[in-house]
This record gives sequence, structure tokens and C-alpha cells, in this order.
Amino acid sequence: MCAPEATNLSMHKQLPFCTLKKQSLNMEILSKIATNDKHGENSPYFDGWKAYERNPFHLTKNPQGVIQMGLAENQLCFDLIEEWIRNNPKASICTPEGVHQFRDIANFQDYHGLQDFRNGMANFMSKVRGGRVRFDPDRILMSGGATGANELIMFCLADPGDAFMVPTPYYPAFVRDLCWRTGVQLIPVHCDSSNNFKITLPALEEAYQKAKEEKINVKGLIITNPSNPLGTTLDKDTLKSLVSFTNQKNIHLVCDEIYAATVFNTPSYVSVSEVIQEMENCRKELIHVICSLSKDMGFPGFRVGIVYSFNDTVVNCGRKMSSFGLVSSQTQHMLASMLLDENFVTKFLEESSRRLAERHDKFVKGLEEVNITRFPSNAGLFCWMNLKGLLEEQSFESELKLWRVIIHEVKINVSPGSSFNCSEPGWFRVCFANMDDETVDVALKRIRAFVGKEGTKKPLGFKRWRPNLRLSFSSSKFDHETVLSPHSPIPTSPLVRAT
Amino acid sequence: MGIEIEQPCVQLSKVAVSETHGEDSPYFAGWKAYDENPYDELTNPSGVIQMGLAENQVSFDLLEKYLEEHSEASTWGKGAPGFRENALFQDYHGLKSFRTAMASFMEQIRGGRAKFDPERVVLTAGATAANELLTFIIANPGEALLVPTPYYPGFDRDLRWRTGVNIVPIHCDSSNNFQITPEALEAAYKEAEEKNTRVKGVLITNPSNPLGATIQRRVLENILDFVTRKNIHLVSDEIYSGSVFSSSEFVSVAEILESRGYKNSERVHIVYSLSKDLGLPGFRVGTIYSYNDKVVTTARRMSSFTLISSQTQHLLASMLSDKSFTEKYIKTNRERLRKRYQMMVEGLKSVGIECLKGNAGLFCWMNLSPLLENKATREGELELWNAILHEVKLNISPGSSCHCSEPGWFRVCFANMSEQTLDVALDRIRSFMERIRKY
Repeated sequence: MCAPEATNLSMHKQLPFCTLKKQSLNMEILSKIATNDKHGENSPYFDGWKAYERNPFHLTKNPQGVIQMGLAENQLCFDLIEEWIRNNPKASICTPEGVHQFRDIANFQDYHGLQDFRNGMANFMSKVRGGRVRFDPDRILMSGGATGANELIMFCLADPGDAFMVPTPYYPAFVRDLCWRTGVQLIPVHCDSSNNFKITLPALEEAYQKAKEEKINVKGLIITNPSNPLGTTLDKDTLKSLVSFTNQKNIHLVCDEIYAATVFNTPSYVSVSEVIQEMENCRKELIHVICSLSKDMGFPGFRVGIVYSFNDTVVNCGRKMSSFGLVSSQTQHMLASMLLDENFVTKFLEESSRRLAERHDKFVKGLEEVNITRFPSNAGLFCWMNLKGLLEEQSFESELKLWRVIIHEVKINVSPGSSFNCSEPGWFRVCFANMDDETVDVALKRIRAFVGKEGTKKPLGFKRWRPNLRLSFSSSKFDHETVLSPHSPIPTSPLVRAT
Repeated sequence: MGIEIEQPCVQLSKVAVSETHGEDSPYFAGWKAYDENPYDELTNPSGVIQMGLAENQVSFDLLEKYLEEHSEASTWGKGAPGFRENALFQDYHGLKSFRTAMASFMEQIRGGRAKFDPERVVLTAGATAANELLTFIIANPGEALLVPTPYYPGFDRDLRWRTGVNIVPIHCDSSNNFQITPEALEAAYKEAEEKNTRVKGVLITNPSNPLGATIQRRVLENILDFVTRKNIHLVSDEIYSGSVFSSSEFVSVAEILESRGYKNSERVHIVYSLSKDLGLPGFRVGTIYSYNDKVVTTARRMSSFTLISSQTQHLLASMLSDKSFTEKYIKTNRERLRKRYQMMVEGLKSVGIECLKGNAGLFCWMNLSPLLENKATREGELELWNAILHEVKLNISPGSSCHCSEPGWFRVCFANMSEQTLDVALDRIRSFMERIRKY
């Protein structure tokens, strides 16, 4: 589902204006970028958003409305932040306590960013990684949210026509962020449930070689760790192999770590920045990290995107480019205070993690009660739900059909796996951190009711979801033997995929 | 005895290694000199005075007063209510209250002579982003925008760097006070044609930076007719519109369109910002106002890369919807800038230095060509500039950095300092001129 974050469906509204006559300007007069589809908003997945917009759920005012579970937002810890704000009026330049700093802050447009802000970010980033890495504030570049940061790093690393490899399934808006104005193309690296969506060296090689054969210039690999939509973190060995692979191919490695502080369970988080500390002969100048406060702290509105590069030239050029998307100095100033408050940050991260775990567990338990399984995860603001058993047939058409049923009958907006370029149908991402407990209860109730109904249907010739056909689920969340393929009656099922 | 194999250096993009960001130009030495030895009234009275930065610092007290009187409205209040909704708000349409306030503010600046529809306001993080974004929308790599000289040096970066679009200058000179003539427009268009470069639009700055003057009505009408004939776009960067010393002297392209019943208006787009008029460059508040539906929709989508912090939108929505505050601010700001301008221009006149007759902006366009004598070249100008930087200890902007075709002109900013500092600067210029006269 492209552009899930920063859109509002009223974009389709007719633009009214006084006596403006019908627009007759020849459309060739706009650029190719302006007239192509890479902004991603013409995709069919907008049905879900439209349904929500038309009929948004509200616990008391509209309890029959559509529940928004397609938006990866972190709303669990605002009370902690609000308390901090109340106790720290100096952090705002609008309060009586803080207004004496107004003019200096309002006047500050240096693209280096406020020193305190950079120090605060470096501090935060380090804490999120358990203090196992120290970040240099002088390598911290700002940009317009992670959206801006991802685009910026592409502008620095790749020319129009060049390519970046990206493991599937991936965040749908990568097409807009990485490709739209940059002219870069994406090469998917296929991962699937047969081996728990692991990013394997053969898959990487296959994607790389295919690109080479088509004379496409591959400039790098971009990974998201923790993963959106899977909600899992990469283990150290995999990370090392990715660093080695990219080093060896002489290409860049961009690690989108914007969900780093949403890890709520073991295994604990390993960032690429830690891994490269341990690798001798690693070419750091090929490594770049993307951070943000949108997911970790729940501040998407503040547009805090960070590019952290180990490459000096990228830092220098990226800093100049950040002019196009600097963080408001008012916001930098407030966040500097907050992020430099060590006690607060420690407390926040611990509590956030605890609440996410709690919310995750509650939701997953609810799903399990109706035999819906999900990909075991230890991070993120969502579950990667397995609804293969509810598909009429194992196809993307069926997936979309099921999705429409979920939106219009169950009245929950979820994101179908195909929108994430997932190579196998039946997966759905469902967000659980953007609502209160009561709403979660309503959602689970609706899901229970729906699955209960579906369980009694007897569709012709289709694999039926039988209540006793449970995926094996050991108590250790990371016993990776699950998945359907060995049980599939269809010999050429797309589920069985050689890697 | 090993063989050393050189590691291939991984290429960055062409954009990354190009110099189109413009920061390697010689005039950045001025910034360095200032950074190394910045003037301070008390602690470093012999330091370099920064007169190369077009910032508006004359009206902060008005903003501070507003905040002191309305701190509840502009913060999240005592209980921080509304914080959560604000922190989550990332809709690229922007806060409706803010867009409405911006539209209304833009109307007030134009004395109500043009109406602005909040639905056509697109928000970006600064005019820097707005100009780049519009360029991405109206031109393809390799195509061109026509821009009158002299122009803001940052355009080289904003319009060209990541977009791959070219700038073809529309030459203007002092023979007619640097006004844009129909002949100059045609000549620029022809120059592009001869280079096999397709022209997609004209970008003007009104009031002009660095000239510090508004564009006359009939010149605007000519430009509009020109772009209509050629079927290209017009971008009017009006970020200094609130800094016109007298409201009646500014004509916005919006007024002309209104008077023409919006005929052919779909090719026109206005850029605005609060960095100059309100002195808030740190807040990154830019807007695009387009009369073209497709441009509005596309610009809005593209603004995802450069949204304004919702915290800042919230603060400014409250401030700018207070009509009595904005009326007073606009009026007072104009008056103070006018006074500064007069002080500057009279001070220069008293030592024989003429400026272009200006009526807007945060700077004046100073003519030092008489000092160049037989060195009326770009090199001569840079030599003089160096002397001013290192002997007079003033950082001013040489015309060549603004692509001015006539050597000897300099942009001097006067609104980014106290009156006392301006006095010191004028004193230094006085002594410098006396020294020169002796030789």
C-alpha cells in the first residue's frame, strides 16, 4: 500500500477555486516525473484507506466503523512524553520559560543542525543499540523524515537508471522514496516463508546476476532492520554476510533502522553499526544507516529523518542536500532537550518496549484463539499474519478478494502482502500499536466472528481451513520449522519455492 | 613481496560529486572569514561584520511579545493537550488551520488585492525545497528555466543540482535599472534554442533578490504574455513580498491573474516563505501556490519529502490566524525595514556611493563600479571584494556571485544586525572611501 503514511484521501477531491476555468494546459508541459505513476498513489490498495476515511471507527461515536490497522504508528507512550513536556517548559520556545531563546532558534538555519540536537540524536541512537555503539554527532545528517532520508541517500549513491537491490517483502512506499525523483530502480531479492523469509546469499547472487545480464548497474543493497512488514530483526551472522556480500561486490549497503527501538523481545537488536565494529577489513565507506523518530518515539509529524553515513564524501554532500528537508529548529531544540535527558530516554525505551510486548502478546493471543498464525516476530508495530488458509486459492487475486472482504465485511483496514511485493499470497500486515486496548478488543472480536463464519464454509475444491490443521508452534518463538508448504496438496504450489 | 591491489573506489552518484551545490565558489571565502573572526559589539568590535546574509532580525520583538501573550495557544498548553494528535499528524495536506492562515497572510500582504484559496497551498520545508520541487514538476533533466540576472546564488543549487535542469540567464543591466525587457526574454529563449535546450519556464523573484526592488506592473504583464505565447510556465518567487517598504508598490502576479479573470493561469505558480518576512528561517516554512490542479496534486505528493514539522505548523497557525497581530506586524515590519534601508542608503550616499533605487527586501544593491576604473572586470570586482572583506572587514556579496553581467555591483544586507552595528559598518565604509580618495 503505497504512501500509507503521509496521505489523506481527500486528494481525490476536486480543487475548487473562485472562477477558475477548466484547465486546458497541455499536459506535456509537465515533467515525466510529474506525470508518471511512481508516487504510488494510483494503486488499488487505496480501497482500504478510502473505506476507513469514509467510515472511521470510534469507540463511542462510531463503533461500527472501519478500524485502521494499516498504519504503522506507535501510540503507546504519549503519556510519558506529555509528562516530560509538562515538566520541561524550557524545551519549548513558546513558553514563558523558554521564549528568551526564541529569536536565536527561529533564526538558526545552519544545515549542520543544532549541536545539542545532534548530540541528543547520537545519544539516543546509541542507547537504542544498548550502548554497544557510539555515534559521531558530526556524521548525523537531517532530512524530511525517513522518507526524505531514504531519497537523499539514493541521490548521493546512485544515478538515474542505476539500481538498488531490496529484499521482499518490503515497505511499499520505497518505490516512491527511492525511485520517484531519483530515477533509481529497485531489484527485488526474493525471500519467502519456506525458510522464514531469510535473505540468503543465493537469492542475493541471483538478483545481482540477473541485473548484470540485463546490463543494469547495481549500486547497492537496501535492507530494513527490524523488518517492515515482517517485524523481525536480523541476526549477526546474516548481517555480517550482507556486509561481506556488498563489500565484495563493491556496492553500498543502506540499512533502514527506523524500527530499531520497537524491539520488544529477544533476540536483542543487532545494528549494522555494531557488526562493522567487529569486522576487520570491512569497508566502512560503503555503509549507511537511516534513522528516524517516527516509529521509535511516535513523532511522525515532526519529520525527523537522519542519514548516518560512514563515508565522508556522502556526509559532506548529504549535508548540503539536507537543505531541502531540514528539521524545524523549533523541533530540533525541543528534541535536543528531551534526548539529552538520559534518565528519560532510558525510562522511555524500557517502558515502550514493555508496552509493545504486552500489546503484541495480547493481539497474537487473540489471533491464536481462532487459529490464525503469524510470522513470529520480536519487533515492529505490526504482525505479519498468515491467512493462507482463508484463501479460495493460493493466488494474488484471491488475496485481494479476501482483503476486500476484510475491509468491507470485517471492517478492518489491513495491508495485503502483495502490496509489499511479497512473492507468495496469503500474508497480511496488521498494525496494533496505533490504537487503545479497547479498540484492539473490538478488532479481535470481529476477527473471531469472521473466522468462525469462514470455518463453516465449504467452498468447492479449495483448501479449507480446518480448525485442527494448526501450524506447529513451539513455545520458543524462534523454532523455525513452521510454514505450510510441506502440507500443501498442490504440487506446484507457489509456496514451495527453491532457494 | 606482496602485490598491492588497489581497492576500486565505489562511485557515488554524479550528483554527489558534482559542484552544482555551488559551495566551492570563491565567495564562500567571505563566509569563512566571518566564521573565523565574527564581529561582536562587546567582545570583538574589530571582527568581520556579516552583511552577506539576507536575514530579517528587525521584528523579533513583535513575535516574542505575541508568544508571551499567547503562550497557551501556541504551545500545547498546560496539560499538553493536543500534543499527541499533533505529533502524529503527517498528512501532506498540512494542518488545515495553518494552510488557511497562510492563505490569509498572503492576502494581507497584498493588501487584499488578490485572493488565495487554502486548497491550493502546498507546504514544503522552506522555499529552497519549494523551488526545487516545482522544478522537478515542470522540467525534465536537460531542459531549462530562464532566470533574470542578477539572481540569488542559491538558485544554482536549488533549481539545477538534483533536478538536472539548466538555468539560462535573462540578461538585465543598469541601463534601465535592471528591468526585464521583452528583448532580453526573447534573447534568452533564443540562446536556449540554439543550444538545443528546451525551455520549460521562466522563474522571477519579485521583489528581487539581490536588487531589492519590486517588478513593475507592465513588466509583469509582459512576462505573462511571453510565457503564454511560448506555452511555458511562470514561477514567481515572492518570498520578500512582506518586506516591501510601502504596500502599494508591490504588484503580485496573483493580482494580474485576478484582473485577467484567471485566463491562462494554469501555467503560473507562486513560491512563498516565512523566512524573510517573519524572520523565521530556522522553522523551514515554504509554500507553493499553484493555479494548476495537476501541479497542486503532484506537488502535494512530492512534499512528502519535505513536510513542515507539525509542531511548527501548530505554532504558526495560531499566530498567523490572529489578524490583528498580522496586520500590526506587517505594517511595523515594513516601516522598520524602510528606515534601515534609508539609513544604509543615506550613509552610503554621504561618501559618494550610489545604490539602485530600491523599495523592498533586506539589502541594497550597491554600485562600486566607479571604484573599478580600468579594472571593470569580474577579476577587478573580486579584487575589490577581497579588499572590502579583509581591510574593511565587511562580508558583502559580489555581483558576480549573483551572475550579474556588469562588474562592480554588490549586495549589502542591513536587516540582520542592530542599528549600532549598522553604524559601525557605515563608519568603516566611510574610512575606506576616505583612504581610497587619498590615493
